[in-house]
Amino acid sequence: MSGLKKGSIAVVGAAESDLGLVAQHTTPVDLMAQATMRALDDCGLKLKDVDGLFVAATQVRMGPMSLAEYLRIKPKVFDGTQIGGSSFMTHVAHAQMAIQLGLCEVAVIAYGSTQRSVSRAAASPREFNPYETPYRPILPISAYAMAAARHMHQYGTKREHLAEVAVAARKWALLNPKAWEKEPLTIEQVLNARMVSYPFTVRDCCLVVDGGGAIVLTSAAKAKTLKKKPVYVLGVGETLSHANISSLPDFTVTGASVSGPQAFKMAGVKPKDVNMLSLYDAFTINPILFLEDLGFCPKGEGGRFVADGAIAPGGKLPVNTSGGGLSYCHPGMYGLLVMIEAIRQVRGECGERQVKNCDVALAHGNGGVLSSQCTVIFGSENTL
Amino acid sequence: MTDLTKQSPLGVYVEHLNKGELAYQVNKDTNKAFFYPRAIAPETGSDNIEWRVSKGLGTVYTTTAVHYKGEQPLNVAMIDMDEGYRLMSRVEDIAAMDVKIGMRVKFKVHPGDDKALPYPVFTPAGDAK
Repeated sequence: MSGLKKGSIAVVGAAESDLGLVAQHTTPVDLMAQATMRALDDCGLKLKDVDGLFVAATQVRMGPMSLAEYLRIKPKVFDGTQIGGSSFMTHVAHAQMAIQLGLCEVAVIAYGSTQRSVSRAAASPREFNPYETPYRPILPISAYAMAAARHMHQYGTKREHLAEVAVAARKWALLNPKAWEKEPLTIEQVLNARMVSYPFTVRDCCLVVDGGGAIVLTSAAKAKTLKKKPVYVLGVGETLSHANISSLPDFTVTGASVSGPQAFKMAGVKPKDVNMLSLYDAFTINPILFLEDLGFCPKGEGGRFVADGAIAPGGKLPVNTSGGGLSYCHPGMYGLLVMIEAIRQVRGECGERQVKNCDVALAHGNGGVLSSQCTVIFGSENTL
Repeated sequence: MTDLTKQSPLGVYVEHLNKGELAYQVNKDTNKAFFYPRAIAPETGSDNIEWRVSKGLGTVYTTTAVHYKGEQPLNVAMIDMDEGYRLMSRVEDIAAMDVKIGMRVKFKVHPGDDKALPYPVFTPAGDAK
């Protein structure tokens, strides 16, 4: 990302919309608008200050238009890049381009989904693919399941390792009042849950809930004048490797191995400098692959790395402290909420689940079927 | 060169399947096989493309058993064909969970009908080289 400068912009506002199960006939844009105003209130800015709008959603084909219409604003810069759940990390990079170039000053990135209310099939219909659809994979689950199966075959990763990821997420979720899941979860419960697509049971799969969020970004100079301590964008990285799972060359290596180094290089930090990670955990294999590809453990060691509660509260590396897509919230495209948790950790707003002295937080987004991978590294003022 | 007003890559592929053949394409400039069928070869952008008929032998690269309510588990697998390309498919004539990575498999056609196109499926091929 040469040209983008470490710390040139900062997140100044962050908020979720209402989460969980929303009232009948609530629209995705209702949730986006609600989250947008909450995020603006968070930093003390007004709707009239917003001149950049970044929106992606599965239920709204032309996101920036729909949200601009709803709020009756006329943004100077808008972007609806849709690459699945990591779209919002890409929007951060694009907002940084726009703000650095002076094309806009205050950018809002927003998302909303009512997939629990209307069903996943209705919220996120899949394109027909003559080379995949006839085989009836449950997508995206079966694609990730095949990545997990290959990882197990190649590296000796076990279903128990996958289950560790779900159990760690649940332990964190129990510390997050906003989390959907409220009951403890054991390895045995994950293994014995209803099988969906081997090796995944339903507990290896993310939640299906309603929800949304928004973040507000502005220049570093303006950020300093606002209500809360700025959370700087230290580094961004993004890559696309394929669209359909059949075209992923190596099922054990993701584009995080490209986006991660890009983000680390721009940020001038290394994995050892990262205090917490927010990794898009659509499925339990995801954090395992991303820990490897982002350089937190050698390739193939991810399963053993997460064993014995290593990423759970009290473990050696805090990962997905919100409870993640597995236990906190997963409203279809979860990337924006992945970033919101990292932002809150850097701000020190996480209460019982707060990571001590969290100056550097890494948020990693995943979209499609391991298809788009985007990394954003956030930092406090101490990291500039 | 593909004249898309006359024939489509998927159309040619389906014609082969209707004859019991699994067809794939090779970029003549690089001699590299690729799949799915395209009008333009990936990586180079060349339209110097040749259709070839596969010998039909491949190896399971990865596999899953999909559980639909009220049905036997259904296999979905990625098959690495001996000619150097990969496709999604299903291994039949064997329980879904008995399909193993590294297993040798042989192509057959799942026929089409009025509503659906034909598509390739596989059966275990023992130790076929």
